[in-house]
Amino acid sequence: MKRGLPIFIVVVTAVLMVMAWFQSGGAERREMRSANAPDQAVRLMLSQIQARNFDAAYARLANKGDVDRNSFVREFAGSYGSLLTYASLENYEVWGLHSGDQEATVRAKLHYSTAVGPLDDVRDLKVEKAGDTWKVSWPVNTGQRLPPQVIPVNYLRWDVIQRGSGDDWGVQNVDSPQVRIISMNAIQRPDSVVLVGEVVNEDSVPAYVNVGATLLDARESEIAQESSFDKIAHTLLPKQVTPYRIDFPNMRLEQIKKVRMDVKALLVAASADPVIEVNQQKVETDPLGKKILSGQLLNQSGQIVNIPHVIAAYYDSNGKVIWVSDGYVAQALLPQIPVPFAVDVPPDIAKNVQTYRVLVNHYDNNSQT
Amino acid sequence: MRTLSSFAILLCAVLAAQGSEIRPPAQTTAGTAITIPTSGSGDADFYLVGPAGASKRKVQAGSDISVESDQLEHAGRYVAILCASDGCASSSFFVNAAAANRLSLLVHPSRVPVGSANGISTVAFVFDNFHNLVLKTEPVKFSVLPKGGSEVSADREAKDGVAWVRLTSAKKEGPTKLGAAIGHANEVRLVQQVAADACNLRIKASRVKNNYLIETDPVRDCSGNSVPDGTVVSFTMIDAEGKTTVDVPIKRGVAKIEMPIKGRARVTVASGVVTGNELEVGG
Repeated sequence: MKRGLPIFIVVVTAVLMVMAWFQSGGAERREMRSANAPDQAVRLMLSQIQARNFDAAYARLANKGDVDRNSFVREFAGSYGSLLTYASLENYEVWGLHSGDQEATVRAKLHYSTAVGPLDDVRDLKVEKAGDTWKVSWPVNTGQRLPPQVIPVNYLRWDVIQRGSGDDWGVQNVDSPQVRIISMNAIQRPDSVVLVGEVVNEDSVPAYVNVGATLLDARESEIAQESSFDKIAHTLLPKQVTPYRIDFPNMRLEQIKKVRMDVKALLVAASADPVIEVNQQKVETDPLGKKILSGQLLNQSGQIVNIPHVIAAYYDSNGKVIWVSDGYVAQALLPQIPVPFAVDVPPDIAKNVQTYRVLVNHYDNNSQT
Repeated sequence: MRTLSSFAILLCAVLAAQGSEIRPPAQTTAGTAITIPTSGSGDADFYLVGPAGASKRKVQAGSDISVESDQLEHAGRYVAILCASDGCASSSFFVNAAAANRLSLLVHPSRVPVGSANGISTVAFVFDNFHNLVLKTEPVKFSVLPKGGSEVSADREAKDGVAWVRLTSAKKEGPTKLGAAIGHANEVRLVQQVAADACNLRIKASRVKNNYLIETDPVRDCSGNSVPDGTVVSFTMIDAEGKTTVDVPIKRGVAKIEMPIKGRARVTVASGVVTGNELEVGG
């Protein structure tokens, strides 16, 4: 009996330690450290990136001799004030696409948490067997580099002189810009009512625009109020047209008798640059089977665009706006370097899309606007 | 509220007992000091209740009470009250606005399309140095100074403190100074006369290295005025690789963009709700 109690305590402690090791993912870590399967190699690399242990992730690459360490880190940590510099890898999904004895292809879907909301990135990664473990062969960056040069820009901007504190009380400010809603379409979605349309700046000065909407029921009392938030290009140059979208979650069209639209415009200082070209636009199906509008952004100016924001309007055969989608681009736009983008199109909308128009909004650290 | 209560109590006191007398001038001008003769004797309290405030001080009944100019800056009805040991006496007088010397000039709109009949409204409110609206008839001189032109002016009578004029915008775009003057005041506002929507928007294409330079003709409205720089022109190009769109601001009268074109392509142009010609390039 005297010996029995210590033995019992030792056995129970050992069992608890083993349980704790399993609970904390020790077994998984050990399995991953050995990376004896292609998807485990990718998971291991992504777990190290998630922990921002970039050196460990880089050290496990199959082709680290060909891959520049800083370029590899920039793929996940961002650069030039891009959206990824304000993001962290929240989680990821990994599944195999093709598997061989020495080589395999694994698809990874990375979910970033960013300053403007979630951002997904899908990558197909080549994995190679090295000895008894698998290692990721990171694609060598063959991206264009712009040689040092001077890009001439005929700089055009508007500054506003507002009334100052020293002015007499009777001094008036310059009038606000004239903007107009040129179309509005209410759409029933499975979980919401969505208002889409376009606004034009009819004035000869830039405008900071925001569109709001109030839904009224049969008794003309307000049932909901929302604004376009970031589903609009807020800064509109003269004669520029922007799509807008206003979402009313948990709402049915039958509940709505009337919609009261409200467009607000402020006179702001703005710059006409940078000019961003959107080329190779096409509606296609992505590797995950979703309908997307994809293309390339090309910064025609000499200044870096830190966070590009793509807004696309889709029209039916009558020229009516039937959907507006948007998406932030993870990479910064360097001058003259094309950067791909893609925004989702709901499948039921995609089949009615006749044409579309893409606008690029931008947020810059050194913005003159 | 407290001032009103004090004033009501004072009035009751004045009605209850009439002893000393106070004789202010019937009218005076804002910002001018006055002397108010009184009768009676002994120590007294002097109250001055005006449209923007009230004051109280100790005076000697029977002597002249001087009221400083800064106590009479607001135009309107004032009540002077003298309360001595034998009761209170009161008398009211009016302070009129001083000479017109300030203007509040409202010009609308700040930007107007060229050739808008009566499209510019110019309203002047006439004030004295103390921001009192000058109600008596005064001539206000309105002037228009177009850029590169000579000044044109006309007088309008301000009635009840307001004078106005409606103007038709010029046929030529550009800034115009609108002014109004009275006394030492001379207020100026700037109105931008702007071209209307683009008219006959046309593009042309030329080859530059591997790309095409797509360029508009000088963008003008239907009256021949240049559409302002910064106005956005949207180019759309459809070729074998898909669709390309780019919003380009007009600079130095034209909008231009270099586009890589693969094979045959169709290029269209628009500015706001105005569309231009269509171009076939490449092939």
